[in-house]
Amino acid sequence: MDFGPYLFLAVLEGTVTAAVLALTALGLSLVFGVMRIVNVAHGEFFMLGAVLAWWFSSMVSGSPAIGFLVAIVMAPLVVGAIAVLCERTVLKRINYDPEATIVATIGILYIIQQLALTFYGADARPVQAPVNFRVVFPWFGYSGYKLVVIAASAVLLLATWFVLTRTRFGLIMRATQFDSETAQAFAIPVDRVYAVVFAIGAMLAATAAVLIVPIQQAHYLMGGDPLLLSFIVVIIGGLGSIFGTVVAAIIIGISDGVISVFFTPTLAKILATLLVALVLVLRPQGLFGKTPR
Amino acid sequence: MVLEVRDINTSYGDVQILRDLSLKVEAGEVLCMLGRNGAGKTTALKAIMGLVRPRSGSISLDGVELTAMPAHKVPKQGIAYVPQGRRLFSELSVAENIEIGLMARGKGRDTRDRVLNLFPVLNERMKQRSGTLSGGEQQMLAMARALCLEPKVLLLDEPTEGLMPSMIAAIRDSVTELRAQGVAIILVEQRVDAVLPVADRVAFIENGRTRDTVDVETLHGDLSLVHKYVGVGH
Ligand SMILES: Nc1ncnc2c1ncn2[C@@H]1O[C@H](COP(=O)(O)OP(=O)(O)O)[C@@H](O)[C@H]1O
Ligand SMILES: [Mg+2]
Repeated sequence: MDFGPYLFLAVLEGTVTAAVLALTALGLSLVFGVMRIVNVAHGEFFMLGAVLAWWFSSMVSGSPAIGFLVAIVMAPLVVGAIAVLCERTVLKRINYDPEATIVATIGILYIIQQLALTFYGADARPVQAPVNFRVVFPWFGYSGYKLVVIAASAVLLLATWFVLTRTRFGLIMRATQFDSETAQAFAIPVDRVYAVVFAIGAMLAATAAVLIVPIQQAHYLMGGDPLLLSFIVVIIGGLGSIFGTVVAAIIIGISDGVISVFFTPTLAKILATLLVALVLVLRPQGLFGKTPR
Repeated sequence: MVLEVRDINTSYGDVQILRDLSLKVEAGEVLCMLGRNGAGKTTALKAIMGLVRPRSGSISLDGVELTAMPAHKVPKQGIAYVPQGRRLFSELSVAENIEIGLMARGKGRDTRDRVLNLFPVLNERMKQRSGTLSGGEQQMLAMARALCLEPKVLLLDEPTEGLMPSMIAAIRDSVTELRAQGVAIILVEQRVDAVLPVADRVAFIENGRTRDTVDVETLHGDLSLVHKYVGVGH
């Protein structure tokens, strides 16, 4: 293949990565932005989404499309419920103390991982894609499902943006983010907002996982990479900046795709980590973050 | 209608801030809290709002216990708060700040129109980020946001701090207006000249205690209490 088409293929692959990463990182970013906590277990919510997607789709007989549809509705809902359970039983009790939360969510990470190993096992299992067509470009054919993933992520990102900026609940979330004490003085039940935000964050990760699992199989250890990449994206984009998170996900995702195709995936990770180091040194508030007031 | 604070004690960690502090304010009355920096005035207002929990004592509005009520339910009882330093949601627009005030007690267009009539400058700034308003406009927005609750009780924490005289007069006028409408008002100030024209009664706070509560007439011409609790030079 010539260089041009080859680059095009690499960019397409990178865009798929970027799309799923943007969803996952957006979940982490929302939770950090509104609740001011770092959720180390975020990658496990991703993994749970994938494992549950396999479980739900394997329960449904008939066409793979129906199994997948059940999975993409049910898996995020179950993960959201689990997230609320973690929030009520652990994070609320430690009063969202930033340091304690890091330790607590590390604990949650291992608990979820071990439960997945116990009940799901150590195998990697595939989920069938709901659609099975190829898009034929002049130089190569490309999986239609991957294009569906890009489109679905874009729709979900837009939907999240719409909820945040155009709805009452979004306004309540933003008010809580900027000043939780004053929010309470205006009848905003901050701890319920926290529970919902934590659930939404986990559900975004779970949805991303359901989308990716027909491409990359479900495995109980698959939460590590999305967690690391989400951290990278959130730091580069600027802590608490939703827009920055999405832009950074696109930069990291596409460059990851391109570098992986032309060189090696390892080099892509090295460069991404180096970029984080540079951002932390030169612009600690991130590319789109605001300097703390 | 009466808001009553009885013998409350509060601490931050091990440090006790309020000591058996008591206050009482009735409909159509302005109670001023005067006291030095650090006396505990802000903490007392936060306790009323449920943002700081008293260890003992009680806070009630018309017999309804507020002492242990979750903070987000207190405003629903009709108590609105204008915090010290305004505490606007500064990243949000003027319109969004107003909207949050309206949502607190489910008020609608009528309330909004009435409130914006009181502060017409805000009308031209609805889309502006509230953090970019001038100090006086920010204070008006903080007042407007609170009035969107159509409160029975209004808590004002140093509303004239750092404002130009014309703005101070505007704030004072709106306090007088609200009192005439029957709102019970607790006004915290550090400067007695900001208080004398609007107050009905004055409570002097020192070291977290209510030392004296007097009718404002007592202070006209005799500022010895002021000198005692707030310091000379006022
Ligand atoms: N969040 C806090 N944590 C610890 N101490 C506080 C806090 N807020 C206020 N204080 C202390 O409580 C005391 C009373 O403060 P405050 O109520 O703000 O006084 P005032 O409003 O009368 O100036 C001060 O000594 C202050 O340092
Ligand atoms: Mg104060």
